[in-house]
Amino acid sequence: MHRRTMLKGLGAVASLPLLGSAAHAEDTVKIGLILPMTGQSASTGKQIDAAVKLFMAQNGDSVAGKKVQVILKDDTGVADVTKRLAQELIVNDKVAVLAGFGLTPLALAVAPLATQAKVPEIVMAAATTIITQKSPYIVRTSCTLPQTTVPLADWAAKNGIKTVVTLVSDYGPGIDAAKAFKGRFTKAGGKITGELTAPLRNPEFAPFLQKVRDLKPDALFLFVPSGQGAALMKQVAERELTKAGIKVIATGDVTDDDQLPDMGDSVLGMVTTHFYSAAHPSPENKAFVAAFEKANPKMRPNFMAVGGYDGMHLIYEALKKTGGKTDGTALVDAMKGASWTSVRGPVKIDPATREIIQTVYVRKVEKVDGQLYNIEFDKIPDVVPPSPDGN
Amino acid sequence: MLTILFDGVAYGMVLFVLACGLSVTLGLMNFVNLAHGVFAMVGGYVTVLLMNDYGVPFLATLPLAFIVAAALGAVLERTLYVHLYDRSPLDQVLFTIGLVFMAVAAADYVIGSQQQLIYLPPMLSGRLHLGALDIGVYRLFLIVVCAVLVAILHYIVTRTRFGSRLRAAVDDPRVARGLGINVNAIFALTFAMGSGLAGLGGALGADILGIDPTFPLKYMIYFLIVVTVGGTSGMMGPFVAAILLGVADVAGKYYVPELGAFMIYGVMIAVLILRPQGLFARGNA
Repeated sequence: MHRRTMLKGLGAVASLPLLGSAAHAEDTVKIGLILPMTGQSASTGKQIDAAVKLFMAQNGDSVAGKKVQVILKDDTGVADVTKRLAQELIVNDKVAVLAGFGLTPLALAVAPLATQAKVPEIVMAAATTIITQKSPYIVRTSCTLPQTTVPLADWAAKNGIKTVVTLVSDYGPGIDAAKAFKGRFTKAGGKITGELTAPLRNPEFAPFLQKVRDLKPDALFLFVPSGQGAALMKQVAERELTKAGIKVIATGDVTDDDQLPDMGDSVLGMVTTHFYSAAHPSPENKAFVAAFEKANPKMRPNFMAVGGYDGMHLIYEALKKTGGKTDGTALVDAMKGASWTSVRGPVKIDPATREIIQTVYVRKVEKVDGQLYNIEFDKIPDVVPPSPDGN
Repeated sequence: MLTILFDGVAYGMVLFVLACGLSVTLGLMNFVNLAHGVFAMVGGYVTVLLMNDYGVPFLATLPLAFIVAAALGAVLERTLYVHLYDRSPLDQVLFTIGLVFMAVAAADYVIGSQQQLIYLPPMLSGRLHLGALDIGVYRLFLIVVCAVLVAILHYIVTRTRFGSRLRAAVDDPRVARGLGINVNAIFALTFAMGSGLAGLGGALGADILGIDPTFPLKYMIYFLIVVTVGGTSGMMGPFVAAILLGVADVAGKYYVPELGAFMIYGVMIAVLILRPQGLFARGNA
């Protein structure tokens, strides 16, 4: 009897500071931003972090009467670290939303936690199709690989390309891209004469590119994750594929704006498809690029930054709709069907799949004021993320 | 076919220059130096930064990469490594792996984690077409430079006074000391040369391998495989091993891309089953 009362008393005392912090938490919405800030994919983390900071600077740090606090964590691009950090953010920091996720395995690692804790997981970068199917709390503001690949397959089929060899990084998004390209391209009557996969952490592309040279297709389709494009394109130039009559086409991940300025003139004329180019000629984008470059000298925003920027926009809009309520299910419901004019063009969150419906642009690398840019010359509006086989 | 062989040899040559220093410290001096890749990374960064930030021509950066890495090697040898020669291999492993992590973090902090790219002078880029053989000029350059290096190294170790002193100092330091050989100085010089070569290898390989802060970790396995497969008798073992692995890696990725990066391990396993001491084993003495 005695002991129990004592325990109760202790419990009451112990819970006092918790009550205090809970009251404090009432007016603050915490967003756990997990990004690879170091390691191989650090450029992804830096771009998204810069975009999130820019969004907060432009739109203020309070929304719907709540103060927004972003807690940035570095997962170094390793999935078990991502999972541990997500757990800490949910349990200790009581974050209302998790965001970021630079690579597919990192996003997948957190999916079960998001479901269990009912915390929305905003995927700002990772682009494998299956991600959003792994938890009803995942909403994506980047793209899926098939979404950006399929328009390229269509373009190739329409522009006299009959045979293609695919060369992709050997992991989720790469396989996704190769499969989508193959499905769509063969349906249009084209032929895939070789399917190559290079290990993800492999800077030596020489044997693969030599194989492509020997297979002599009309075109080579490439995908490597953002940040590896420059190294790959250098070796493509060294192998002189274009001179051998092989056209090089790729998803926009390869001619990523972050690295494009340093790629050299060998990439001039290369055709890619993607959802964002820093050269996108809309007033919204011009203002965004100017503000971004002002806040981050010597850095050009890439599609990762836009994924982060739009992710923040989505979180703010959802909070406005819920009136500042941070219930996870309500937030995700508020995000479903949201549509706005992004710096990339008009976008909408598909209520059924929580994927982003957006315009995909066909671009060509050109020199503007002495700098390399992806210049858009065609677009396919409202591309719904297709099934992984591209049809 | 010939092109693949050629690319493989070029890749193997770079591996050899990177790893030969390790084959000296690990093979001859019996010191487990997992931090060998750090010196390679330093050399690579010297080249990258000099070229990209100061516009120094590529060829001029190569000797500098060697000197900086060798100097760093000499300093670390005198201040840190010298205390570990007599310690157990486990201590050496723990110490040097710690050094690797510190170097990775330091490079990340100071230079940034992105992969560094260099642009070779036009003289060294492009391709040559010699009949059926279609080769990259830079890879040809690598083969020539590395072949010259190998010849020089082999000559130094087997034919010069320094070489015989080194071998004596390694075989039995006490007797060597008794004969008036300054063992400490020889070890220090050897260590510095090995580090310098690693630096040169990093600089030469910057274009093919890419330089980023995780370089010492990424390539540690390759260095160790070269030394293990090559055995520990002089320069020829690791040289043959590096060429074999380079060709196997490139040919494997070309002919059986499904196996991808596994080929190199397959070769290592096969060699070690047949010759547990490595390709060129030292006698049992």
